[in-house]
Formats: sequence, C-alpha cells, structure tokens
Amino acid sequence: MTPGRKLLGHIALLVPPFGWLGIFYLGSLSVLLLSAFWQVDAMSGEIVRDWTWENFRILFSDTTYTVIARRTTGIALLVTVTDIILAWPLAWVIARKVGPRLKLTLLVLVALPLWSSMLARIYAWRLILGHDGVLNWGLRLVGLPDQNVAFTNIALWIVFSYLWLPFMLMPMVAALERIPASLLDAAGDQGATPWQVFRTVVFPLAIPGMAAGSVFTFAVTQGDYVAPMLVGGAGSEFIGNVVYSNVGVSGNVPFAAAFSLVLLAMVAAYMLLARRFGAFDAQ
Amino acid sequence: MKHARNPAADMAIWTAAIAVLGFLLLPLVIVLLYAFDASSVQVWPIRALSLRWFSATWADEEVRSALLISLEVAGLATLLATVLGTLAALGMNGLSTRSMQAGSFLLTLPIALPGVLTGIAMNSFFTLLDIPFTFITLVIAHTTFCMVIIFNNVMARLRRLPPSLREAAQDMGATPWRGFVTVTLPLLAGSVMSGMLLAFALSFDEVIVSTFTAGSETTLPLWIFGAIRLGQHMPEVNVVVFAVIAITILPIIAGQKLAANASREH
Repeated sequence: MTPGRKLLGHIALLVPPFGWLGIFYLGSLSVLLLSAFWQVDAMSGEIVRDWTWENFRILFSDTTYTVIARRTTGIALLVTVTDIILAWPLAWVIARKVGPRLKLTLLVLVALPLWSSMLARIYAWRLILGHDGVLNWGLRLVGLPDQNVAFTNIALWIVFSYLWLPFMLMPMVAALERIPASLLDAAGDQGATPWQVFRTVVFPLAIPGMAAGSVFTFAVTQGDYVAPMLVGGAGSEFIGNVVYSNVGVSGNVPFAAAFSLVLLAMVAAYMLLARRFGAFDAQ
Repeated sequence: MKHARNPAADMAIWTAAIAVLGFLLLPLVIVLLYAFDASSVQVWPIRALSLRWFSATWADEEVRSALLISLEVAGLATLLATVLGTLAALGMNGLSTRSMQAGSFLLTLPIALPGVLTGIAMNSFFTLLDIPFTFITLVIAHTTFCMVIIFNNVMARLRRLPPSLREAAQDMGATPWRGFVTVTLPLLAGSVMSGMLLAFALSFDEVIVSTFTAGSETTLPLWIFGAIRLGQHMPEVNVVVFAVIAITILPIIAGQKLAANASREH
C-alpha cells in the first residue's frame, strides 16, 4: 500500500468512533462549560444565554455551598486515608506471602465486589447498620448497647471506604510485588529492624501504588451522590447531590453546571498532584 | 530471608489481612442471603427462609419492564460500542505514540471523570438541542462510556499480534481486506467477546449517568435506587439485587476465562 492510501485507511477507521466522541462527548462538555456561565430567569424559569459569573460568585460566597464543597473533599480525603490503611496488610499478604494459586484466588475475591452492583453493595450496608441489622445483633450478643450510625456521615465514611477499597488494593499489590526480595534481605543483613525496613525501603517504594489507588478513591468519592442519598443523613449533602437536585424541570441547570466544573477542577488538581507521586507511571 | 522472622508480627499481618478480606466479602454474602428471607421486614438474624419473594418479584410488572429496558439498553449500547471501539483500536494501531496517547485519553475520559459530570454534560447537551430524553439518549450515553472497554481489550490484543502474520497473508497474495478478515479478525474474536461481556455488565449496572439521560425510562438500577430511597418494596429489592449481582458477575467471570484462554493460546 502507498503511504497515502494507508493514511486514508486509518482515517476511515477513526472517523466513526472519534466522530461519535466528538459530537456526543466533547459536544456535551462544551455545552457544560458554556452553560455554567448562563442563568435561569427567576420569573419564567427559562435559561438566559448571557455571559455571567453570577453562578460562581454564589458558589464561592454562599456558605451553604462552601460547606458542601469542603465536606465532599474532606470525606473523600478521609476515605482515601482509610483505604490506604486497610489495604496495607491484605496487599502485603497477596503480593509477598502466598503462592501463585492462592494469589490468583485472592485477587479474584478482591475484584469480585468491584464488579458486582454498586447499588447492591451500598444497600448491603443499610441492612448491616440498620436498627435491627447485623451490627446491632452482634453488639447485643456481646452485651454492648445499640449503635445508631445509620444515616450519618460515619455511615457514609464506612460505605465509601468499603466501596472503593478494591481500587486501592489492586495498584498497591502491583507496587509491592515489584520490590525485589534481595533489597529486603540486604536491609536485614545490614541489621535493620523490620520496622526500619518498612519505613525506609518498603513504604517509599509503595508510594506510586498508593498514589494510583488514591486517584480512584478520591475522584469517585468526590463525584458521587448515590451513597449520600442512600446511607447519609441530613448533613451529608455532596456536590453531586446539589447537581442532581438542580437537574430537571424545576432545577437550575446552569448553576449545577457551574458546581460540577468546580468538582472537575478539584479532581483534576488532585490528579496532577498524584502524578507527581508516580500515580500514572507504568503499573 | 536470612534474619529471623518475627512470628508475632506475621500473625498480626495475617489477622489484619483476613479481617479486611471479611470486610470486603461479608456484606455481599449478607445481601445475597436476604433474597431468601421469608419476612417482609428486614431483621437479622433471618428467621425463616423462603423462595416466595422470587415469584412475587417476577410477577411485578414494574420490575419486569425495568429489567427489559436494562437488557435492551445494555445490549444495544454494547453492540454500538463494540463496532466503534474495535474501529478505534484498528485505526489507532500503528500510529505514533503521541497520537495513541491522545486517542486513548479521549476514549477514557467518559469513564474516568466522575459520572455526575458526564451525566450533567450530556443532559445539558440534549436539552440545548431540544432532543427529548428517551431510550435513545440512554443508549447514546451508555455507548459513549462503554467504547473504551472494547477499545482497551482489542488494543491489548493487537499489540501482542506479530505484524508478520498479516504480511505473510499478503505475501501469499491476499488483499489487505482478505488478510484482515481471514487472519486478524479471528485472532481478535476472543478479546472482542470478553470486552463485550465487560461492557454489558458495566452498562447493565450503571445508575449515575442514567439518571441524567433516562427521562421517564426506568432501568433496573434506577428502579432499585428509587425503591431503596423511598424504602418501598424492600423484599423485592433483595431479590432484584440478588439477580443483578448474578447477571453482572457471571459475564465478568466468563469474560475473564475467555481472555485467559485467548492469551494462553497464542
């Protein structure tokens, strides 16, 4: 084939998929960007397509929204730290303590929840944390008083940590697997205590894995509105909930668009930060 | 390792690891068990087991129509995404690293950005163009975020295919098209199939983007979401959740098997 015909071949193949993405996805993102600067006429409810910063002014000055943005980010960070702590022992065992067969089984078991319905997994915690649920049954069994964490931010923290833990485990296993055993032996031979080996050798080498996992745990928590609606309480509104409730006939889509752009900026900033810690280096 | 291991520390690590594994898996076991709860209120421990809610749920018209819509959307979106994702992979194969990175970045965006962003973006887009929210907008949205799954699978396979195979076919006098149909395509079939299963599962379970693009259509996840939120039909929710887990996990396991076999063969 001549180079010219070959190029034509590539283009012919690429036009349908990228045409689709260009129209439906980039088109949508452009409309989102534009509509964040539009407004809804208070009287008619119609969208007014005049350029204005009003939506952003409200978002940054009204404490209702700054509190929601801070809550969203705070819980996302808390969930990320929790998942890093929870992932360590299991990731270490999977990466370095078991044979290849058990390792494969454990990896499948870890991935299983990720591939089963997210709603089902949130719903499971309503059954566990509810008044007559598994947790209170267990507490009564050992003579402890009932807990009442259902529909609070504590429930939200538990559920998010549970939902996204596999996202943290996978890259951490990959990072820990890559540490050469000789490196650990050498540190031990030099008289380092296990704690010193962990602190000076293992932990620094696991940082890219933790950074990669944190991109998921942080971004998906920040962008969610389902868990806050199903297991959160009155003070659990996320940015996503404001967006959700402003879409529809009676809503204010330009305002929701502006808030979702704030969300986008925060997620993008976090990704850039994680990149500096090696989150996107070849896994 | 030459230095003495610390059995107490080992013990602690294993205990913690098993506890974390339990934290991951027990909730799934519990939610699956509730599908067999005879009672109409959820109380632990389950007092009596029964299959009666399975037949009651199957008889529910709302659940059945939601299931049908979900199967149709997932089926159609998977087919469209398969065509588009495969074309993208074939077209990008052999391009420069830079164009490859740009292309796969664009393909990944719809699934990498928070669903609420993709959702409201598409909602604003269709609203601006005065396109009503129907079954069709739902399929368009799902196709958009399913494409990358097929693309990734096919691309991974193409990278491992030696170019010599197709050259050999051409040396034997096959036209490029004939070489593609008789040599490349059969080798891609396994990864396309496993990608399709993953894409189907992804679409079948999706709730966030669907909320923004479904209009008055109710998919199964949207039905579950509404029922849990309002605290209605809880025994039926248990059964539907059981079924959804089965429908999403089985294709995944089948898909992994297919992919594993495909990579072992070559």
